Amino acid sequence: MSTRDSIPASATAELAPARVGPVHDDGRRRVLARLVRTPLGAASVALTTVLCLVGLLAPALAPHDPFAIVGPSLDPPSLDHPMGTDGLGRDLFSGVVLGTRTSLTVAGGVGMLVLAIGGAVGLLAGYRGGWTDHVLMRLAELLQVLPRFFLAIVVIALFGPGLDRLVLVLGLTSWPILARVVRSEVLSLKEREFVDAARAGGAGPARIVMREILPNALPTAVVYVGLLLAQVLLVEASLGFLGLGDPNVASWGYLAGQAQRFLRVAWWLSVFPGLAIATAVVALNLLGDALTDALGRPGGGGGRGR
Amino acid sequence: MTRRYVLGRLVQVVPTVAGILVIGFLLIHLAPGDPVLALAGENGDAAYYSFVRAKFGLDEPLANQLLTYCANVLGGDLGTSYTQGRPVLDIVVERLGATLLLTGTALVVSTAGGLALGLLAASRPRGGRDIAVTTMSLGLYAAPVFWVGQVSILVLALGTGWFPVSGMTTAGSDASGLAHAADVAHHLVLPVLVLAAQEIAAVARLTRAGLIDELGQDHIRTAWAKGAPPRIVLMKHALRRALLPVVTVIGGRVGHLVAGTVVVEAVFAWPGIGRLLVTALQARDTPIVLGVFFVVAFSVVLANLVTDLVYTRLDPRIRYR
Repeated sequence: MSTRDSIPASATAELAPARVGPVHDDGRRRVLARLVRTPLGAASVALTTVLCLVGLLAPALAPHDPFAIVGPSLDPPSLDHPMGTDGLGRDLFSGVVLGTRTSLTVAGGVGMLVLAIGGAVGLLAGYRGGWTDHVLMRLAELLQVLPRFFLAIVVIALFGPGLDRLVLVLGLTSWPILARVVRSEVLSLKEREFVDAARAGGAGPARIVMREILPNALPTAVVYVGLLLAQVLLVEASLGFLGLGDPNVASWGYLAGQAQRFLRVAWWLSVFPGLAIATAVVALNLLGDALTDALGRPGGGGGRGR
Repeated sequence: MTRRYVLGRLVQVVPTVAGILVIGFLLIHLAPGDPVLALAGENGDAAYYSFVRAKFGLDEPLANQLLTYCANVLGGDLGTSYTQGRPVLDIVVERLGATLLLTGTALVVSTAGGLALGLLAASRPRGGRDIAVTTMSLGLYAAPVFWVGQVSILVLALGTGWFPVSGMTTAGSDASGLAHAADVAHHLVLPVLVLAAQEIAAVARLTRAGLIDELGQDHIRTAWAKGAPPRIVLMKHALRRALLPVVTVIGGRVGHLVAGTVVVEAVFAWPGIGRLLVTALQARDTPIVLGVFFVVAFSVVLANLVTDLVYTRLDPRIRYR
């Protein structure tokens, strides 16, 4: 475990290299503590946690099957139906609760793909440099110019609607920004002393990348993934709104799309699904901001800088 | 040196356009079923399918097919819509005007509005106005476009009756000239505001951050020291440089706006390419879907190119490559 001595777990842990074993956990705990110290940071953590819980427990929390007719048509919000019912008398609250799961599934899937592809590409491009770097970054540029939303529509038109292809097309086109972030992290990390130390200790490139560079580039990457997923939620909702989502699961966008016909008579059909989307996106954005502050301002902690 | 940069930037467009074409081609061939269905739409008859099969050389090796396909698309032949019986390019161009009016106006409105809000916020950081603007942009940034649209219809169209609920012109109106323009402008207000909302928030955030960064610089301190009035310092000394990042992102914003326009056109029944796309999807008219994709993708590439070229003119520091 001699190489462990030189691995800083995070930017702040590096300040105290004397403490060996617990540095890792301590650094993480400190980031979390700093994250919840500001009101906005605490709010974002709380909101994200609630959303994840609702998504996980959705079938238990939803009082009804969102596709079952359980009440009068277009019933305004009441105790029986907290968010009212739709044109067919289906419970909107159940739809919104189960929609959380759909949105989180898509966001989670895209997030994992983006972390895997963007992380791998960024590590490779940054560490190898030269020709590899050039080709990979060109590819990233191409994908960044590509209109993602329209590409998703083309894929749905050709392959039919479904969450799997939606996750694939969004994941395969969203990684460039993360690859860039990881690449620039790697570029600066690979010149650092602890990497030199590992190399002098006889560690091969694979070990250096996986054990020394990756853990240090990860925090920044996670922040960007969070911000990216906020965008993914909006894209998924827009596609659902246009009726291009998976017809077999409830989704926020689909619910809002159904509301369009009833705008004159049933405001609740539009207001609640939209509110759910906006809340999720705000939570992810705030979490991203708070994480940036928590990771990037050692000792500062309070306030949002500028 | 600048000429070399411009030339280099123009050359960069080639692999991008090629990449877009290859992606379109691959998707058509990866899609389940016969590629001819994707190229001709699902409602064709046997004779038409064999015509398309011959035209795209679908019996030849894949590489030949790719070349034929690229040649067709680059030559402006985006196929024929079977439901409308006309070339896709004609149909898209016909609808492009309404979309350009919507996105163009939204681009101008969001740039001006975002700059104004950013200035307002940066004039006294952490003051009341700053907090108001920051909170508002976070909200606008997070709200989905269709929801902003629906709520604005609920409040500003159905509630107050100030604006029409949908469409581009009043139904049954045969007004011409100025009266017609005024009618269109009246219909345009809500869709533009809704489409611009998210971009206003983005530009305001960017302007604010740029200005606050710039206000801490030495040349600003010099301007203060000279006794320049606050408005001059903000508008003349700081804004000029803070504008640069705002210009850089215009290309990307065009992409966002065009994506947003599909949703806005659906909400407001605006007769542009967005509605064309949604109708084509429902009718399984894939040539139109692919045609719209190419037109949009190439427009975004063009917008990015123009932005970069304008940027080189604005910022004398860029002279490399």
